[in-house]
Order: sequence, then structure tokens, then C-alpha cells
Amino acid sequence: MQLTILATTLLLLTLIGFYLGRSRAVASAGGNRRQLHSLPGYHGVYVALWCGLPALFIVALWLVVEPHVIEALVLSGLPEGMTDVGPGQLSLLINEIRNAANGVSFFGEPNPAVVAAAERYNALHQIGFAAMGVVAAAAAIGGLAWARRRIAPNMRARNRVEKAIMAILIVLSTISVLTTIGIVLSLLFESIRFFSRVPVTEFLFGLQWSPQTAIREDQVGSSGAFGAVPLFAGTMLITLIAMCVAVPVGLLSAIYLADYASPRVRSVVKPVLEVLAGIPTVVYGFFAALTVAPFVRDAGASAGLDVASFSALAAGLVMGIMIIPYVSSLSDDVMNAVPQTLRDGSYALGATKSETIRQVVFPAALPGIVGAILLAVSRAIGETMIVVMAAGLAANLTANPLEAVTTVTVQIVTLLVGDQEFDSAKTLAAFALGLLLFCVTLILNIIALRVVRKYREKYD
Amino acid sequence: MTDIAREGHRGRPAAQHADLSQARLRRRYAAERRFKLYGVLAICLAIGVLGILLFSVVSKGYTAFVKTEIGLDVYFDPEEIDPEGTRDPAVLADANYDRVIRDAFERTFPEVSERRERRALSDLVSSGAWLVLRDRVLEDPSVIGTTERVWFRASDDVDMLMKGYIPRDVPETARRVSDAQIAWIDALDEAGQVGTRFNLDFFTAGDSREPELAGIWGAVVGTFLTMVVTLVLSFPLAVATAVYLEEFAPKNRWTDLIEVNINNLAAVPSIVFGLLGLAVFLGWFGLPRSAPLVGGMVLALMNLPIIIIAGRASLKAVPPSIREAALAVGASRLQVVTHHVLPLAMPGILTGTIIGMAHALGETAPLLMIGMVAFIVDIPSGFTDAATVLPVQIFLWADSPERAFVEKTSAAIIVLLGFLVIMNALAVILRRRFERRW
Repeated sequence: MQLTILATTLLLLTLIGFYLGRSRAVASAGGNRRQLHSLPGYHGVYVALWCGLPALFIVALWLVVEPHVIEALVLSGLPEGMTDVGPGQLSLLINEIRNAANGVSFFGEPNPAVVAAAERYNALHQIGFAAMGVVAAAAAIGGLAWARRRIAPNMRARNRVEKAIMAILIVLSTISVLTTIGIVLSLLFESIRFFSRVPVTEFLFGLQWSPQTAIREDQVGSSGAFGAVPLFAGTMLITLIAMCVAVPVGLLSAIYLADYASPRVRSVVKPVLEVLAGIPTVVYGFFAALTVAPFVRDAGASAGLDVASFSALAAGLVMGIMIIPYVSSLSDDVMNAVPQTLRDGSYALGATKSETIRQVVFPAALPGIVGAILLAVSRAIGETMIVVMAAGLAANLTANPLEAVTTVTVQIVTLLVGDQEFDSAKTLAAFALGLLLFCVTLILNIIALRVVRKYREKYD
Repeated sequence: MTDIAREGHRGRPAAQHADLSQARLRRRYAAERRFKLYGVLAICLAIGVLGILLFSVVSKGYTAFVKTEIGLDVYFDPEEIDPEGTRDPAVLADANYDRVIRDAFERTFPEVSERRERRALSDLVSSGAWLVLRDRVLEDPSVIGTTERVWFRASDDVDMLMKGYIPRDVPETARRVSDAQIAWIDALDEAGQVGTRFNLDFFTAGDSREPELAGIWGAVVGTFLTMVVTLVLSFPLAVATAVYLEEFAPKNRWTDLIEVNINNLAAVPSIVFGLLGLAVFLGWFGLPRSAPLVGGMVLALMNLPIIIIAGRASLKAVPPSIREAALAVGASRLQVVTHHVLPLAMPGILTGTIIGMAHALGETAPLLMIGMVAFIVDIPSGFTDAATVLPVQIFLWADSPERAFVEKTSAAIIVLLGFLVIMNALAVILRRRFERRW
């Protein structure tokens, strides 16, 4: 709330800066705009930038630094003996203080030291915020005054503003790189912590997955085995089933749309197929769990087969349906990119349409189609909601599609949703799985994009 | 000529040769027809599955838009509601309205006397039914002492029974409604005391453990807040990036890296973004769990590459002649972009943005990671309040064992799909109206 007020104030100051700068520019030229090097608006923006940016920088800095400083101050104010505990205990304590400061208390009578610390926390927070507000406002006003004084008819306001905007653009466009770095670093840090407890080889090649670590020594069935092979086997099994659905259906639809369908049919069918990609995955999950899984189970029972209620088959089938448009629209594109001359040459030799497609168009488009399928595979591997809702939870090393298997994404979700003990190997395992998932999909994508691009260059 | 033809090659009789080639041709044409048929079948399969999916959701969900109500003649007993006769709102709000409902049931079915049966009887109405009475009394205290017919929301089991989801012809132990309850309901039905009404509460209530009380408003508000954060963060960032990369960036290793990076980010599984949010936003920055602010930030990062790619495509579609013309009359490069290129590319960028937002609207997995799966009854009122979003609400309800939640889940899916249809229609209209082919 306070932050909103501050932001509004700064925004208002910036606006004022803009108008002051503009009017000052006009006045400095004696009302004759032609004497100005830049349009008056650029002078306005120049002042506004000097007014807004430093203040914004101060606020951002404060938001990042403040919690750590206050934490350290509050902790140093606590009585002796409360702070020399482990890092886990310490973060619990900090949380307790923070909750108490927000007026939430969970554990009956709070510790008086905590209450005092909470009061200190609130006081420091107030003081810090007020100081930051004053400094930010001062910086804004100072910047405004300074920039306004510099305005003169021959000042190159436009060039400066454009330079500033260009800098802003560069900073903003590196955010995507920062995101990637953020992903890699966050996954890497937690994974390294995980691998310091569980050896990498055990994680990559172990055949046993049961992430419950024992809380008591004598607990049964919680050995805490972190072998990811069953998870990958399950993921591969479900992906394979999905591909068995998506590749034939997607490819044949793409062929029909690219070479047989009239423009009218194409203009109707293509968007309808793409609707399949637009349906939220949680809806597919619901459909898989409630409609397809019972159907598969009943069909299996009537055929005398014993099908698990969360069979890999049901999840794979539904995932295959979801993947269809990824395969079909990309393959459609690559087949359309095959030059018409190749087709015409084949027709001239007397080949029928299907012979042309099978023996000329398809081989020519094959690299692109492989790329499309690889992209679809990486989609299927990273897909979460369908398998969370329709696949099993127990790690099961099997190739039988009628049994329940679990996947990497399912395990990430089950490890991290609900009550989590922070810093336990169980929680950290999720990040290691995430890192593995990220690497696998990244490699698949790089290969696929390279294949598709190379192929496109060939015919362009 | 004809002689040669009749004679055929290698002295083979012409008729036989013609037969062979005819047969071969027939085979080839049959193969052609088969191939075409496979294509048609594949398309029919895909569209058929889509149809089944939508049908199964709609057929399971449309009944959630009406609710079953039970009308009882309630005697607003002054002894029970306001024994002192003060009409003090605090006293009125605190009265035991459950007992008033039980009394009303007892008057309707005087033959029921056993304690357990009486409880089964009052189980016919929702456990939140007393709120109706409280509101009625608070609104108009003069009803105390009078008898009035009040319509109560039926419990979820009765609701399911009346909608035909609970079969009557199975043994009593196999269903959640007892024979006696069915008999009472039928009696009430015959007396015209069971009715259905449009279920407005489904759209205005927050989540609840009781299926008949649960609504989607909390999730809708959470979705709205999350989407606002996503849009505010991702749109300016994405447009700036697209403009820089497409219009200004020099071709060097650094910008190549950014470009490859963006393409790869677009294909990173969404759950990995959730892990990022958990580790960075919650772990390092200490932002609150379950908050639309964090959810929006995660979805914004996920959305960025989608909008950037769409934005670059539509910037690329603006012909260079326009840039050159603007440069020729003395515009600076930034002016060329802001005055000419960007306005022309805007419809395309907006279309891409809407499609990206529709994508974000249906996303569930990354939000599970940052704790938006909590059970939250209150309607969120700010960006840092605990909230949930529509897809996560669907996920939560789909996990609930009660039969009535299946109906709620499907109805929530219908609402979600409705939003998606609206957004995509908007994108299509925008494209149709403003798209320019150069």
C-alpha cells in the first residue's frame, strides 16, 4: 500500500518533470521553437528521465537490500543464545519473527524475545521505508532540478534521450538471458547441494526410487533411494505411447491438409486441429483421469487383461492427442515448403498423388518432419498436468503400458507440493530432476531447431 | 499403328498386356484412395476426440449451473433466536439457526423421532443452510415469531440424487443417500417443496470443502490479478526486446546468443519455470507464497519468448520502404520505429500477446510449484494475498473424492474454456481487422 503511494508520487513527479522540461525548453528559445535543437517534447523526456530513473534505481536497490539488513539488525538485537543455532533453526526463527510482526501467531503464547524482536522489526521497517521514500523523492526532485537547469536551445536533448532509450532497450532485452541464467543457476545450486548428499552416479543409474527419507532411525520403507532410472523409463514409456498416437495421426492429417484438402476444408480443419493445442493441459488431465482411464480399464477387463487404474496407456493416449497439432502443423509447414517443381516432376513421370507424396515429398521433407517430431517429444517429456492427474505415483520399472508408472514431472510436483521440509534431500531431489529435465529438453530442442533450419536453407 | 499396339511388346498378346496394366492401374488407384482415406480418417479421429472431450466435459458440467433447493416452512421461534427480545443484531447473528431448521424438518415429518434419523433428515440441506436464515433475520427482524417458507440449498448428495447422478436402484449401502432420505425427498418433491434454481453462488462464492457451497469467484479474482501482473511485466519487456533485436541490434555474437536463447526458452517445460520461481522469487527474494504477484512473475517469464517471437515476426512484416521513407524525410532511427514501424506492427504484436496470455491463463504446473495450490476460502484482495487460479482450482477439485466435485470441476472447465474462446476470438478479430498484407 505504502509502496503504491510512493510509486504514484514518483510517477507524478516524473510527469511534472516532463511538463517543466518542455515549457522550459520553449521558454529558453524565447517562444521560437525553431531555435531549439530538439523538439520540446524531447527536452521534457530528458528531464523526466533524470527525475524518474535515479529514484527508481534507489527504490529497487532498497527492495533488494532491505530485508537482509533488517534481518541482520533484528538478529543482532536478540538475546544471547538464541542466535547460535543451525541455519535451519535460524530461518525458522526469522519466519516466526516475521509472522509475529505481521500479527500472525501460530504457537500459542509467543516468546517475549520474539515479540520484542517483532516490534523492532516493524519499527526498523517503518524507519527504513520512510528513509527510502525521502531519499528517493529527494533524488527525483534533485534530478529534475539539475536536468531542468541544463536545458538550453542548443542542447542535444533528442540524442541524449535516444541514447538513454537505447540503453533501456538493451537492458530489457537481456532479461531473457537473465531468465535462462536464473533457471540454470537456481537448478544448479540446489542440485549441487543434492549431489553432495546423493552421489551423481546413484542418481543417474540407480534403479530404485523412493524419496522418503527416514525421520526416525527405525522407520520401515524409507531408505531414501534416489535412482532416477525408473522415472526416466516411465517418462519414456508414456512419451512413446503418446508418439504412437500423435505421429501417425498428425502426419497423415498434415499430408491430407497439405496435398489433398481444398482451401476451404483446410481453412476450417487447420484451426480446429489447433484448438487441441489451445486446451489447457489440466483439462486433458481431467479427461484422462475421469474418462479415458476408466474406459481403458474396462476395455482391458473385458479383454481379460488386468489394467491398473492409473495406467501408462491412458495418460499416454491423452498426451498423444494433445501433441497431435504440434506434429501436424509443423509437418504441414515443412511439406508446404517442398518446392512445387519436385511434385510436378513426379506427376510428369506418371506418378499418382500418393506415390508422389510417399516417394518424393515425404523423403524431401523428412528432416523437417524429424525436427517436428523431436519438438513434440520434448513437449511430451516436459508435460506435467496430464501425468500428474492420470499417471501413477509409485516408481515402477516396467515396459508394460497397462501398469502404472510415474514420470519425472510427476515426481517434481509430488516432491514440492504440500508439506515440504526445506533442505531435505527429498526437496532438493526435485531440483536435480528439474535440471535433468531442462537439459534433456534443451538438447532435443537445439537438435530439432538445427535440423529444421538446415532443411529450410536447402530449399529457400 | 493399331497393329503394333495390338501385338504388344515381346510378342505378348495385346489383350493380356492391357489386362495387366489395367489391373496395375486399378491397384495403384486403390492405393491412392486408401492413402487419401487414411488422411481423412486421421483428421476425423483428431476432431472426433476433440468432440468427445468437449462433450464429456459439457455433459458432466452443465448441471452445476443449477442447484437443488428444498423449501421448508420455517417458524422463526423467538425462544430460539432472540430469547431476551432485544433484537440486538449481535444476538441475532449468534443464534442457533441449525436448530430452527431442525424444528422445521420435524414439523414437516412429525413421524421421525429417533435421534439418528433426525440427523439424517437435517442432512438433506447443506451445512451452510443456516446462513440463509441468519441473513433473513438480520435483514428484517420482524419475521421473528412468524412462519415463512424459506428455500434452502440441498446438500450435495441430495443435489446429485435429484440430478440423477446417484442411482436409486442399487443397494442402500452402495450409495451415499439412505432409503429413508430418498423417501423424504420424494415426499418433499411431491409436496412441491423441492425445486431447482440458477446457481448464482457458483459464480460468486469462494472455494469450500462442501461441494454445494464451493464457487469459482475466488479463483477468477486470483486469475485476474495474476494475469494483470503477467501482462504488465511481459508486454513492455517483450515489445522492447523485439524492437531492439529486430530494429537496432547489431549482428554479433551477443545478439545471436540472445536470439538462440529466446527460441530455446520458448520450449522449456513450464514446470521448470515453476522451479525457477520457487528457488529465486520465493527462496532468494523472499516473496510471499501463493501470491498472484509471484504467479504473475513466473507466467510473465514463461510468456516473454512467445510474445517476443510474435512481435519480431510482425515487425519483420513491415516493409523496409516505410523505414526508408521516414529516414529520407529526416526522422531519427528511434523516430522511425516509434512513429511508423511500431504502430504498423502493433496489431500483430497484440495478437501474439493475446495468444500468449491465453496460454498463460491455462497454465497450471508452474503455479503448483509456488504454492498456489493452497486451499483458500477468502477472495483475494491484493497482489500479495494468498490466492489460487482457475486451472489450479480445477486441479484441486478434480482431486476431491466427492461426486459433486466432478460436476463443479467440469463447470469450472466450461468457464475456463469460455474465457479462452473469448480471448482467441479477440485475437482472430484483431487479426482480421487490422492485418495488412504489404
